[in-house]
Amino acid sequence: MLKTHWWKIAGIILLVYVIVGGLLFSVPQLPVIRETIRNVYFHVGMWFGMMFILFAALGFSIRYLLYGRMIDDLKALNAVKTGLLFGALGLITGMIWAKFTWGSFWVNDPKLNGAVVGILTYLAYMVLRASFEDEEMRARLAAVYNVFAFVLFFVFIMILPRLASASIHPGIDGNPALATGDMAPEMRKIFFPAMAGWFIMAWWLFTLLFRSSRLEKQIDEITEHY
Amino acid sequence: MKEVLAFLRKEVMLEWRQRFAVSGVILYLVSTVFVAYLAFDGLIPVQTWNALFWLIMLFASVNAILKSFMQEAESRQLFYYTHISARGVINAKILYNASLMTILGLAGFGIFVLFMGNPLVHTGLFLLNLFLGMLGFASVLTLVSAIASRARNNFTLMAVLGFPLILPMLLLLIRVSSTALTGGSAGVSDILISALLIIITVILSNLLFPYIWKE
Repeated sequence: MLKTHWWKIAGIILLVYVIVGGLLFSVPQLPVIRETIRNVYFHVGMWFGMMFILFAALGFSIRYLLYGRMIDDLKALNAVKTGLLFGALGLITGMIWAKFTWGSFWVNDPKLNGAVVGILTYLAYMVLRASFEDEEMRARLAAVYNVFAFVLFFVFIMILPRLASASIHPGIDGNPALATGDMAPEMRKIFFPAMAGWFIMAWWLFTLLFRSSRLEKQIDEITEHY
Repeated sequence: MKEVLAFLRKEVMLEWRQRFAVSGVILYLVSTVFVAYLAFDGLIPVQTWNALFWLIMLFASVNAILKSFMQEAESRQLFYYTHISARGVINAKILYNASLMTILGLAGFGIFVLFMGNPLVHTGLFLLNLFLGMLGFASVLTLVSAIASRARNNFTLMAVLGFPLILPMLLLLIRVSSTALTGGSAGVSDILISALLIIITVILSNLLFPYIWKE
């Protein structure tokens, strides 16, 4: 874990800048989208934050399988929890955006369905964990499922929507909002800091969750002794 | 490879002597299709035919594969553990489930056509897609059933773990089979992706199963 705290301060500054700038700075006026384009700083940021932290969870799970240290299992669990939170936030911001541009909170679209599949997969991970008594077995099988699910889910979310004949969601032929021609230069000034800010926030939240659950575990172990 | 074949032979013989898995699931298929036939009361639109067929196949597959790691006693699993490598076990199970599913797929298709009519335009494409689909279900669900067999409450867990993982595959299959039903040009890329997903799943199963198998 990063023991320093400068990156947390940087994260706060970045996100304050993103919230203030994102809501105040001028944006290109496009038909239908209009001012809602500002949501790109939040919706895309949260979704990428989820992917980032789930990728970290994959790393922890692989490390658990290789070395079998319980601490990696605890990290994977908390990374998944953080990922679920960010995924839920990404869905909610996306739904609000959809309401104001596409007219309803939910539309039947490959990208949106992919998002639901992802959330369901990781909720299933939590259910799987709950159905084991034995700690070591739980850690091992949860790690196996995490690796399996991550690969299948990302193959799905990366490949499938791009082959779909039509999607209302942007980003059919590339990564949404990342391609240089995609976004007006004045927006990129906020978009990239926003990405960094949400990544930091995801990681910070993950470390907090991880540390508190590690403490809980230690307290359990101590109280068992007496 | 030799141990894979030996294990596969044992699986098939076990099945042949008891015969409850295949006949059970086929009976399951017949009764589900019959219930659907009664519930829909007459001819149904092509899209509904398609959706219903794949839903029934999905549930039948979960039922069929669920048992693959649960029917044998723990002591016998320990016996296998000392004699065969983990890769041998998983590959044999995948092969066995794939052949079981192919039989079930064809049986399901036959039963479905019998009750619900045959609106197919491209039968060849549909059958190829069905074959790939059954292989895909078998490969994904085999590892999931290995995971679920270690937990309590395994039927629910199997569905909860398996459905999100199978959904991408299922959507692809439904799309291709919809082309086969309505005519129109076949999506070669969709078929290729199905095949790719199967290959990825088998590789992952080979990498991950040793961790499930070890005690």
